[in-house]
Amino acid sequence: MAASDERDDAFHAIIDADGRIEPRDDMPDAYRRSLVRQMAQHAHSEIIGMQPEGNWISRAPSLRRKAILLAKVQDEAGHGLYLYAAAETLGVSRDELLERLHSGKQKYSSIFNYPTLTWADIGAIGWLVDGAAITNQVPLTRCSYGPYARAMVRICKEESFHQRQGFEALLALTRGTAAQRAMAQDALDRWWYPSLAMFGPPDTPSQERTATHTEQSMRWGIKRFTNDELRQKFVDMTAPQADVLGLRIPDDELRWNDERGHYDFSDPDFDELFRVISGDGPCNEQRMAHRVSAHADGAWVREAASAYAAKHATAQQEQVPA
Amino acid sequence: MSDEWPLWEVFVRARRGLSHVHVGSLHAPDAVMAVRNARDVYTRRGEGVSIWVVPSAAVTASSPDEKDAFFDPAADKVYRHPTFYEVPAEAKHL
Repeated sequence: MAASDERDDAFHAIIDADGRIEPRDDMPDAYRRSLVRQMAQHAHSEIIGMQPEGNWISRAPSLRRKAILLAKVQDEAGHGLYLYAAAETLGVSRDELLERLHSGKQKYSSIFNYPTLTWADIGAIGWLVDGAAITNQVPLTRCSYGPYARAMVRICKEESFHQRQGFEALLALTRGTAAQRAMAQDALDRWWYPSLAMFGPPDTPSQERTATHTEQSMRWGIKRFTNDELRQKFVDMTAPQADVLGLRIPDDELRWNDERGHYDFSDPDFDELFRVISGDGPCNEQRMAHRVSAHADGAWVREAASAYAAKHATAQQEQVPA
Repeated sequence: MSDEWPLWEVFVRARRGLSHVHVGSLHAPDAVMAVRNARDVYTRRGEGVSIWVVPSAAVTASSPDEKDAFFDPAADKVYRHPTFYEVPAEAKHL
């Protein structure tokens, strides 16, 4: 056991010095498992996240908006790929990760189980959902696992475009007709609380369901802030932006608290969050069915590319003179 | 055996005059597709002017276990650094 203790000591020395763990370093099994779970869930969310927005590509109101939305959805695919590749440095295979998504063993963010009913939802997703994602993700650029942190640097740079295009799309609506303003307000009404729920369960142990992984993740330098701290940060950032849009955040409790230096607000319905996570959201079945069939429908492409590569590898070997 | 496409390490030259830097990895059936996929995954915003892809299996790395023994020989040779040498202040351009 002495050898493994020594290896753990090296790991903890790096963590305590706020250093970075790299793929071939020794690390506790629990650290590896926790990272694989978090990175896979993050990657799955990016991939599933293409669906609600992809829903509007063919119906974007102008060529400009369509080009923007295409680029954004392509970015989501790219983010998924950065994260899958980073997770694979921990010794798990891509096929395994996809299998865990398709069989429901691993989850993705509950937010993508809500439908995109109108064009304004695309603006609301960019502004709120990507805004919440940025709040969550910026601290992850300092995460203790090097490949995850590096992937997050790339992702955060790109998310900034996502949030701004969403805000701009909503601004165009709020400066439009009364019907367009109403559409923007309706989108905010539906997306506000699901966006707050993206930060996960509350920190306080008095609640029935609390943030189970937070404490350990913070000790390991994977997580830098608690769920409630991040939720507060998001509200503080977003409330004044709603004023610029001239939209009303659907929360009677929302007001600036001079004493705390933060906005007061009411929590999302955490029972709903857990219902949606456990499979009972408006779109869970549709999202998974689409994901699984897209993967199955692409099988012949993957097989054909492999066959082509194998054929050319053989042809090249035969050309080499003896 | 898995029929998963092999893994490739991707290196991007950000602009002329700089060396290629590792940016991440991806799966592709062959080298040509790896370069094309690398363009789409890692250079969507003009991050590069040149891409290398290398099969991950072809990389030989030093072992993190022998890190100390492997790099120690450099640690006690401070005379390899210019700051080791004391010269009079009036001696310019040294």
